[in-house]
Amino acid sequence: MGAMHRVPVDQVAVDARAARLGRRSIKRSAKEAALRLAVAMTDLTTLEGQDSPERVRALCRKALRPLEGDPTVPSVAAVCVYPRLVALAREELAGTPVRVASVATAFPSGQTPLRLRLEEVRSAVEDGADEIDMVISRGLFLAGRLDEVHQEIAAVKEACEGAHLKVILETGELGSYENVRLASDLALAAGADFVKTSTGKVQPAATPGVTLVLLESVRDAWRRTGRRVGVKPAGGIRTARQALHYLVLVKETLGDAWLTPELFRFGASSLLNDLVRQLLRLRDGCYTAAHDLSLA
Amino acid sequence: MSGERGARRVTVTKTYKLFLGGGFPRSESGRSLSVVDRRGRVVAQVCRASRKDLREAVEAAARALPDWSRRDAYNRGQILYRMAEMLEARAGEMAELLALTVPGGLRRARRETAAAVDRLVHFAGWADKFPQVLGNANPVPGPYYNFTIPEPSGVTGVVAPAEEPLLALVSLLAPPLCAGCTIVALASPEHPLAASVLGEVCAVSDLPAGAVNLLSGRREELLPHLAGHREVIAIHAAGCSRAERRQLEEGTAGNLKRVRVVDLEAEAWYDEDECHSPWWIEPFVEMKTIWHPSAY
Repeated sequence: MGAMHRVPVDQVAVDARAARLGRRSIKRSAKEAALRLAVAMTDLTTLEGQDSPERVRALCRKALRPLEGDPTVPSVAAVCVYPRLVALAREELAGTPVRVASVATAFPSGQTPLRLRLEEVRSAVEDGADEIDMVISRGLFLAGRLDEVHQEIAAVKEACEGAHLKVILETGELGSYENVRLASDLALAAGADFVKTSTGKVQPAATPGVTLVLLESVRDAWRRTGRRVGVKPAGGIRTARQALHYLVLVKETLGDAWLTPELFRFGASSLLNDLVRQLLRLRDGCYTAAHDLSLA
Repeated sequence: MSGERGARRVTVTKTYKLFLGGGFPRSESGRSLSVVDRRGRVVAQVCRASRKDLREAVEAAARALPDWSRRDAYNRGQILYRMAEMLEARAGEMAELLALTVPGGLRRARRETAAAVDRLVHFAGWADKFPQVLGNANPVPGPYYNFTIPEPSGVTGVVAPAEEPLLALVSLLAPPLCAGCTIVALASPEHPLAASVLGEVCAVSDLPAGAVNLLSGRREELLPHLAGHREVIAIHAAGCSRAERRQLEEGTAGNLKRVRVVDLEAEAWYDEDECHSPWWIEPFVEMKTIWHPSAY
């Protein structure tokens, strides 16, 4: 590849625009539709050392039916787990529309030899992962070795075969919006199907600001090449109100075409229950208690 | 210094805000209520909390519950005593504020403030003693001990009356608080300033953030949502009209809240025999009975 073109980003303007779009009031039928859409866009995630087969099974059932006894609440987009648990999740979700996503490439640091990372990707795909969430080598990126980062992403894309590739930029480690924009442009050029903000292991994780930068990067690539790439903010999105804010950002930057689980996802765990609580409130008219819902 | 002359100094007036989650936010609605003194002059503006502020307050109280309810009883007593100390230190300010709007003048206001401090001291004392009074070692056959011990019920709503707005508020919230419940209190709508200063007392008393939340606003607007909220497990109210009582009973039926509505004349709030009783704590605990093997 040639030298990446650095797109300047006005940090103050991005933050102001992202904040302004968060003040929009969404009520009643529009709110209900947005909440259901947010449920359908959720990548229900568990990425802990303590994850057990039982926990992943429970999560898969929750993913299929977020609210027991109410089939009007849609199932989530995907369940996102560590590679070791992919086969189990695949078995639980066989024959359902819920996809299995796996983090791979030495998540969350990405600091193992490329050969091992590619092997991890192949193994996850072999076990039945529909989607692979890779991390970029932030060390190489920050050292300015962009060609190597590009080559790594391209190599992982190849190892994915048919699986969708989400590229985690870990924006909390990149330092500035300009670097985020550059990393996103790089991932798009290397063949990413999705760009994703964070691993959830580093603070700050997803923010409206960085998500807006990614959306603009995707918009510009779409205008240039006609290719539609998805965006996935992940980490720190816990409330329905936050989720609706992100949906407004998407609508105002990329339009209705991106308001689909094919092109926008939330990487989250506790968000799902908050979305369901808001839907329950609209249904029953009173605020629900946390203990009314199953654990996510 | 120019300030020493005094005459030209610009007056610095306090902004009265909500006490929510350990902080002092304004109402998310941006609305306010005028507080009128006995001559009908506006003396202050307070926040007019919305149902969304109420929701946030309940969330904060629910988050604080695991910490506060698991503190050892002695520590809860120490913290209630600390609240008494802090209120004593602000007794002058509190009495002046009460005298502004409550009929009866400064003398009455000083008496009310002193009684409120004493009430906190009493329930500070009860914190590690009421389990002995309410609990029991039950006589059972066989080689067993059988204990009944009180445990805090959960998030408790408090509704303060117009008469003795500070003393009644403290008398209603101290019993559940000392038992380990967390509090969402609606200040007296007619005299909300006392609750604002009580928030400042709570904030410097080592209470965990969210253990006490104080909202000012219109009762008819907030009461139905407090009563219907499924996370709120009990309500302690006073000075309710028949219609309000009915509203409470209807709303609380959904999740079988415990409701204690106190009907006291103004002077009765000063009656220590009546108001310092551990039976004011009893409605806000759940009794747990356990069997334990004993050696003969």
